[in-house]
Formats: sequence, C-alpha cells, structure tokens
Amino acid sequence: MLDAIQQLGRATLDFFERLGRGHLFLMQVLVSVPATLLRPRLVLRQMHSVGVLTLLIIVVSGLFVGMVMGLQGYNTLVDFGAEDSLGVLVALSLVRELGPVVTALLFAGRAGSALSAEIGLMKATEQLSGMEMMAVDPVRRVIAPRFLSAFLSMPLLAAIFSAIGVYGGWFIGVSLLGVDDGAFWSQMQDKVDLHGDVYNGVIKSVVFGFVVGWIALFEGYDAVPTAEGVSRATTQTVVHSALAVLGLDFVLTALMFGD
Amino acid sequence: MTEPVVQIRDLRFARGNRLIFDGVNLDIHAGCVTAIMGPSGTGKTTLLKLIGGQLRPLSGSIRVNGEEVPSLGRHDLYRMRKQLGMLFQSGALLTDINVFENVAYPIREHTRLPEALVRDLVLMKLEAVGLRGAAGLMPSELSGGMARRVALARAIALDPMMVLYDEPFTGQDPISMGVLVKLIRELNDALYMTSVVVSHDVAETSAIADYAYLLSNGKVVDHGEPAALRESESRWSQQFLKALPDGPVAFHYPAAPFYDDLMQGG
Ligand SMILES: Nc1ncnc2c1ncn2[C@@H]1O[C@H](COP(=O)(O)OP(=O)(O)OP(=O)(O)O)[C@@H](O)[C@H]1O
Ligand SMILES: [Mg+2]
Repeated sequence: MLDAIQQLGRATLDFFERLGRGHLFLMQVLVSVPATLLRPRLVLRQMHSVGVLTLLIIVVSGLFVGMVMGLQGYNTLVDFGAEDSLGVLVALSLVRELGPVVTALLFAGRAGSALSAEIGLMKATEQLSGMEMMAVDPVRRVIAPRFLSAFLSMPLLAAIFSAIGVYGGWFIGVSLLGVDDGAFWSQMQDKVDLHGDVYNGVIKSVVFGFVVGWIALFEGYDAVPTAEGVSRATTQTVVHSALAVLGLDFVLTALMFGD
Repeated sequence: MTEPVVQIRDLRFARGNRLIFDGVNLDIHAGCVTAIMGPSGTGKTTLLKLIGGQLRPLSGSIRVNGEEVPSLGRHDLYRMRKQLGMLFQSGALLTDINVFENVAYPIREHTRLPEALVRDLVLMKLEAVGLRGAAGLMPSELSGGMARRVALARAIALDPMMVLYDEPFTGQDPISMGVLVKLIRELNDALYMTSVVVSHDVAETSAIADYAYLLSNGKVVDHGEPAALRESESRWSQQFLKALPDGPVAFHYPAAPFYDDLMQGG
C-alpha cells in the first residue's frame, strides 16, 4: 500500500518535472526562432521533408474524406429535400473541423513521428553533443528550423486538405448524385464566412502545428538515448499529439463557435 | 612555469549515487601532449566532457585558460568551445551529410571563408588523415576506424588551441595508428596546440605523451612523464602500464561477490 502511494508520488513528480522541462525547451526554441529566420535555407530544407513529403497522404485523405462527406450528407439532406445545401455542409465541416483536425492527426503520424525519431537518433549517436562541442547550438541549428517548418506547414496542409475535400464532395454530390452545380457553389459562397469560418480554421491549424511540432521535437530531444528510448519517444509523439489536438480542438471550438 | 591551460582542483562528480570522481587534481600545460589513461569505465570520457562544459561537477574547480568552466554562461561557454576540438569516442559524425561536409561543418558555421578556401582546408585535413579519397562518402559507408579519422579531421578543422582526443587509436590498423600517432604529435608541435589524449594503448600513447595521468577509482593514482611512470614504485602504474591481471586495479565493475550472485538463482 505504502509502495503504491510512493510510486504514485514519484510518477506525479516525474510528470511535473517533464512538463517543466518541456516548457523550458519551448522557451529555448522560441528564443532561437529569430536567429533561424536569418537562415531561411535551413527552414526551407525542413519544409521540404516536413511539409512536402506529407502532401501525398494529405491529398489522398482529403479527397476521400470529402467524398464520404458528400455521400453521407446527400443521404441525410435528400430526406428533407435540402440536397442543394450539400456544398455548405461539406465546406463548413471541412473548414471548421475536419481540415485542421484530420490534417493535424495525419501530420503527427507522418511528420511528427519522423521528427522525434530523427532527433532521438541524433541524440543517441552523440551528434547533438558533438555539435555542442563544436560550439554550434543544436537547438538553434537543428530544432528551431524544424519547429518553424512544422508551424508553417500545418496551415498550408490543412488548407489543401479542405480544398481537395470540397472537390471530393462536389464530385460525389454533383457529378454522381445529381445535385445542382450552381446551387452547390452559390450556397457555399453564401454561407461560409471568411472571418467566422475560414480564419478560425486557420487559427486552429496554426495552433495544432505549434503543438505537434513542440511535442514531436521535445520527445525526440528528451528521449532516452537508446533504441528503446527512441522508439518510445516516437510512439509517445503520436499518442500525445493526438490527445492534445483533440483536446485543444474542443477548447478552441468552444471559444470560437460556442456563443 | 606558466599557468596551465587546464587546471582541475578537487573535482568531484557523481552519476546517480555513484561517485565517479572524488578529488581529482590535474594540470594540462600549453604545447604539451598529455595522456590520460585508466581502466575502462573510470571516467575518462566523463572527464573530457567536464572540461568541455557538457557536464557540471558536484564540486571543485575546472579552469580552462583561466576561466572557471562550470560557472560560464551559455555565451561564454560557446566562445570557449570554439577554441576546443573534440574527437568523440563514437565519432559523432552528422549522418545526413557526407564526409567532406562533415569536416567543412565547423568551418562553415564559424567563419565566412570563400568556398574555394573551405574546400582547400577540408581537403588538407582529410589528406592528413589519409581520407581525401573518401570525401564523397556518407558516414554510413565508412568503417569504424575511418569514421574516427574523419572525426579527427573535423576536430582539427579550425586549428583549435586545444584538442581533446577520446581514444583516437581504437579500431586503427597498425599503419594508420602509426600515422595518427605521428599526426597528433606533429599538429601539437607545428601549431603549438595543446593535446589531451585518452587512450588504452599504453605503448603508443607513452611514445608521444609529454606527461601522463593514471586514473582509477575516481582518483589520480599516479602521474608523471611516461618514462618515469614506467619506473614508478606505484603498484597501479606497474599493473596498468605492464598489463598485469592482478593488482589494485579491478577488472570488474563493482559487484556483489560472484559466489553470492551465482547462489541467488537457487
Ligand atoms: N549517461 C550516463 N548515465 C549514467 N552513468 C553513466 C553515463 N555515462 C557514463 N556513466 C558511468 O560513468 C562511468 C564513467 O564512464 P566513462 O564513459 O567516462 O568511462 P571511460 O573511462 O571513458 O571508459 P572507456 O575507456 O570504456 O571509454 C562508467 O562507469 C559509466 O557506468
Ligand atoms: Mg570513454
């Protein structure tokens, strides 16, 4: 019994200690960001591996999610004779929720896990220590460009996801199920608000990019420098990112749309 | 005598509950090759990391060029490290760039030299370690010994004031070992560098070292010029330098008696 309490106490302390380290790490990264902006080539190279290589999965998923939305939405709306509103339904769901959230989940799985594994392995093979001894700050040289690229890629990827998704819904609804083309687009134009819907979606995806990038890089940087430690860090990145994204999505949605 | 480049006094350092250093005193003089020898696991690598400011001691003083390393701020620490070259035991090459870029890395990070000059410098360093032909290879395509020689070339890329070599000879065949031994000595003398060599290769290291420290069990057990050490009365020196299995240096990591351990399983 006493053992159990002791263990609980230790686990709690460990948790808070790690949380503290995570925040210190974030501070270090944020302080390094201005210096990184002076070396855009480092950031561009990371944008390629973080963003561009995630593009395919985003495009394919966006298309299918949009198509499913088209199908499900049509089946529901047609009962009320409201199938002309299919465009609004698809666009709003994508821009407000599915775009940012699904993109962030995919991003954590594809790019976040890769970042953790890369940083963790660099630590395990003493590459980060080696840089420190060469008087090169690994946070500035390695971490900050990756953080920045995650932060910048996410909104772009989410936007692409939503755009492709709308076309997926259009393809099912208009081309296959016979919804009126003009109504599909004009209702969408009418009901989707630039400020209320699009900007809020962008804000969400920026927040998610920030959080996923932070978690992924911290897990890698804080990993136990062994094969097992790195694999654990990779798994934790995906799990923690998913939980953080879903939890934050609720909070943000409540703040934005919950009046 | 002039003030030593590195001056360590009463150094204490612990990993968890294990005291790795317990009152180490050590001086490294400018322009000398200083050897640090000792059994595996005594903390030679740890000592180099303490000198480089990557670890902080429990207590004691570590002065490099008169500056107290553990109390340096980040900025000053990085300034000090620019004058330091370190060869990691594992090589620690960056795996996503090739050999040439690895050696060029510190040059590019810390200077604004024109590309042609960078290229010449890198090729010179690679030539010195016999790997100019391997400039285009990736680190994963190198053998262990080659990787270490590339790391050596990188450590000396900026002609630092002091180079810390962590086991530079491990994994080298007799020929490259001979070349490296000579290289370290020549760099030291030609550029008036200060060199610290951690090594188990007693014969080679003694041949180039001006001074040697023997570490064991968290203490400096003997020190002196290599020739003097060999004649030393100390049982530690006798055992270590002559590779005797019996003596005060234990081959085993501290453990419960072997018999007890075997009987535990029932
Ligand atoms: N990250 C670490 N965490 C805990 N203990 C460590 C760590 N690194 C090293 N140690 C311990 O510190 C001691 C000294 O390690 P160090 O690597 O300095 O030895 P060494 O003298 O360089 O040995 P070798 O000649 O085998 O390279 C070892 O006994 C090791 O168990
Ligand atoms: Mg070592």
